[in-house]
Amino acid sequence: MTDAPLLRARGVTRAFDRLVACRNVSLELWPGEVLGIVGESGSGKTTLLRCLAGELVPTTGTVEFRTLENGLEDVHRMGEARRRFLMRTQWGVVHQNARDGLRMRVSAGGNVGERLMAAGARHYGRIRSEALAWLDRVELDRSRIDELPGLFSGGMQQRLQIARILVSKPRLVFLDEPTGGLDVSVQARLLDLLRRLTRDLGLAVIIVTHDLGVARLLTHRLMVMRQGRVVEEGLTDQVLDDPHDAYTQLLVASVIGA
Amino acid sequence: MGARGNGLPSQPFNFAYLDEQTKKMIRRAILKAIAVPGHQVPFASREMPLPYGWGTGGIQVTAAILGADDTLKVIDQGADDTTNAVNIRRLFAKTAGVRTTTHTVEATVIQSRHRIPETPLREGQIMVFQVPIPEPLRWLEPRESETLKLHALADYGLMQVHLYEDVATHGRIAKSYDYPVMVHGRYLASPSPIPKFDNPKLDRNPALLLFGAGREKRIYAIPPYTEVKSLDFEDHPFTVERWDRPCALCGAVDSFLDEVITDDQGGRMFVCSDSDYCETRRTEVPDAADD
Repeated sequence: MTDAPLLRARGVTRAFDRLVACRNVSLELWPGEVLGIVGESGSGKTTLLRCLAGELVPTTGTVEFRTLENGLEDVHRMGEARRRFLMRTQWGVVHQNARDGLRMRVSAGGNVGERLMAAGARHYGRIRSEALAWLDRVELDRSRIDELPGLFSGGMQQRLQIARILVSKPRLVFLDEPTGGLDVSVQARLLDLLRRLTRDLGLAVIIVTHDLGVARLLTHRLMVMRQGRVVEEGLTDQVLDDPHDAYTQLLVASVIGA
Repeated sequence: MGARGNGLPSQPFNFAYLDEQTKKMIRRAILKAIAVPGHQVPFASREMPLPYGWGTGGIQVTAAILGADDTLKVIDQGADDTTNAVNIRRLFAKTAGVRTTTHTVEATVIQSRHRIPETPLREGQIMVFQVPIPEPLRWLEPRESETLKLHALADYGLMQVHLYEDVATHGRIAKSYDYPVMVHGRYLASPSPIPKFDNPKLDRNPALLLFGAGREKRIYAIPPYTEVKSLDFEDHPFTVERWDRPCALCGAVDSFLDEVITDDQGGRMFVCSDSDYCETRRTEVPDAADD
């Protein structure tokens, strides 16, 4: 089943009026692989991620996802019903700002159970026990299942987002700056958790970050973006230890102890 | 009131108040609504001679379907004798000259706010519901563009999340009126603010059920004998309200009861909310309350 990549993007370009946010990006992602996209603010990382995740239609280029039924399917040319179905069963996006990824007026349990109910689960007891099991897995206190996400700390909200997505057993997860705005010890726990979950579940992950430390710790492969273009890509250790592009060299040099 | 002092308007109105073009437009919307059960059809709602929230949607639907030989009944909170019901009935008696009644069995068109009569409806009758908010997803998803999409894709997980929250907070589905239903297994619809007690009456009802929302400019329909299912969980099934006592006036045990405060000493009684049902029972079984 691994004769085709899980996700394949070819020549993805997205322009907002005359501003080209990401230009001619191609990539392949294989099952179980963790790909990092790094670059400074405004380099087009998040635009690319949204194109890959089916949230934003590229101006030109294609994004294909290998579905269980049909093999590679063009994410942006399939019907909206199909795309929405895949978006909530096959992949998910953990947003930088938890407010974009969670329903803030719905309890933690409801947030985790939403994808199950969208897929047709109609047994309250089972939905709830599944939600509890996922709270455990992301190390959230079960007793807080009925609390609103607004009462959670930043790190807890990120973990709740992760539980909310993983509950539907997706094959691909997009992480957009998952550790942004968290203090270092909370970051470390979150990274630990992500590393364990991706390994245990065999998840493919695309992680957008400007933090090279996060990239070093989590990713297998790295793409460096600048002004909408990919300036360098390769194995993470290679890129970080022996950067070829001048911009990557600058990026690596400007981090303390990465 | 008319200058002639005979209760007739000084300017004659068109039959059933609305002009023929408007009625035609509304009838087209109604036909479309019947063809797609539960789907909200937009229509060009008119200004009516009463405020939004008082039944402008229902009145327009009634005006559009009323014929000279119809008999009209209007209910407000189950009763025929409340201000709103009396005035709407009088409006059509005046402008359409139709017969009016308070008896469910005699009526061909029944406009209602909050209730479906206890007396079972029959084929050929039409119920017209006044609907304040036709969109069942409105409080969960404020964007109209998005709710349209959710309906188009039959993507109703969000509503289930809402019910989940109820069970998580209250231990049961606490929604007691305007309880969301699936119509014909396809469209999620709001049954208007009827108590959930009346929801089972929607299912496979022999009468045609029409819903009009004046402010929101939507019409939808449940054609006769259409399957209507109230949403629930397998382990928290849909149930209706029950009372531990019969109606204090007629002794009915199968009707929706209103609590009526009788004094300031804590005195209260429970009586049928359907005034016609209660009265009919009392004339048929005069001693029922004494049993």
